[in-house]
Amino acid sequence: MEFAAMLARTAFATTFDVAPIVAVLFVFQIAVLRRRVPNLRRIMRGFVYVLLGLTLFLVGLEEALFPIGETMVRQLTAGALAAPDAAGVRWDDYLMVYAFAAAIGFAATVAEPSLIAVALKAEDVSGGAIGAQGLRVAVAVGVATGVALGCFRIVTGTPLPWYIVAAYAVVIMQTFCASRTIIPLAYDSGGVTTSSVTVPVLAALGLGLAASVPGRSPLIDGFGLIAFASVFPIITVLGYSTAVSAIARVRSARTGR
Amino acid sequence: MEYRLSRNLTTLLRRIADALRDIAPIIIVIAFFQTVVIRQPFPNLAGVALGLVCVIAGLAIFVQGLKLGLFPLGEAIAQAFVSKGSAVALLAFAFCLGFGTTVAEPSLIAVGNEAAEVAAEAGAIANDADARSAYAFQLRMVVALSVGTAIVLGVLRILRGWPLHRLIIGGYVLVTVMTLFAPDEIIGVAYDSGGVTTSTITVPLVTALGVGLASSLKGRNPMLDGFGLIAFASLTPMIFVLAYGMVG
Repeated sequence: MEFAAMLARTAFATTFDVAPIVAVLFVFQIAVLRRRVPNLRRIMRGFVYVLLGLTLFLVGLEEALFPIGETMVRQLTAGALAAPDAAGVRWDDYLMVYAFAAAIGFAATVAEPSLIAVALKAEDVSGGAIGAQGLRVAVAVGVATGVALGCFRIVTGTPLPWYIVAAYAVVIMQTFCASRTIIPLAYDSGGVTTSSVTVPVLAALGLGLAASVPGRSPLIDGFGLIAFASVFPIITVLGYSTAVSAIARVRSARTGR
Repeated sequence: MEYRLSRNLTTLLRRIADALRDIAPIIIVIAFFQTVVIRQPFPNLAGVALGLVCVIAGLAIFVQGLKLGLFPLGEAIAQAFVSKGSAVALLAFAFCLGFGTTVAEPSLIAVGNEAAEVAAEAGAIANDADARSAYAFQLRMVVALSVGTAIVLGVLRILRGWPLHRLIIGGYVLVTVMTLFAPDEIIGVAYDSGGVTTSTITVPLVTALGVGLASSLKGRNPMLDGFGLIAFASLTPMIFVLAYGMVG
């Protein structure tokens, strides 16, 4: 019964989220475009599928994964505290937390529906030159690295801008070496990683960690993991594309000989 | 009829297999840490199993809906605007889409409330319920405005064929410079606000819109010009929120 109530509540919330989009589309369709949308029935069916699918997905996460995730974050961060050091917080007391952060960051990104959407589109537009799976794994590696580093930052209490600005510098250097066609996609992949799966997981992780590390305040230090998860995928996607084209060059040089 | 039925069945099975593969890493990570590291049995195993079935079915249905609904819709709108030929109407639509999808975004509302607490704690605003809710509301409006601006800028870029990396790198430099002058308590919030604006329904729609525009305009390449709208939508909120922190 409780499950049915949650299903209904989530369905309502999802529909409410979509309402502004539908309203904008509707107004412009009536007032500006005034043109019949091709395959309207099919598109409507697709819209219903999207709502239904997203509702089930979110309810399932709420039911199955988030409660365990939160308990695990609590236990992992508390476990590291078992031997409080008189000298203060040592960053390597939290190795298991970094490992967990990287693993859950990777896994949550692979399951992220909006990344699936962009990867499918990229594969389609590039005519298969960019594989959806390769792109998603590259993005997930970026999120994993970013989130682990973000947890390290929370534990050490170092300023957030240092990391983010340094990551920007790397992105800018890579941009000048990367092939032109990958750049827009790489920049986009930073924004798509942080949606329905990743944001709640990271928020719980950041706030939980900041609350349990002595001397950190969840309000001041709990923020920032999402920023890490948005910048590092750009680096890994650009790196992945450079690596792929380098391998292709080596291969073609060999066969050419 | 029979052919269609069997084809639909194969599509369904393939989507479910894909969803299983997408969810597998989460299951493995959680099972590993729960049993090997924390060494505790799973609480409420039946509920977890039911939830996982929902997640997998939901993802499979979502991806099918993406292909049937959101992608074709985004492309149809792009084509309709291109054949209409009015840049002003297109830019107005871009702004409304960006503003409208962000203003009600639940994760933004959550971040806004937390940010208000941070600001109250730091003494930037009065520590009472009225001041906090006013601050949270203003922050939400600022972010929604920034995403509206981002989609306008992104669409303008596609129309004009400006190179994306110059604009984005310029934005990074701006963020860096503003960070030096912005009050400390706003920085974490500003940096995170770039990530929370892009919801699961907005991303496919906006991506399809960009790619659709770039493929229907002459002289634009969908790969080079079609992507990039999301990148703007994750950058401008940082700039706007930092500015808000400096002014407010």
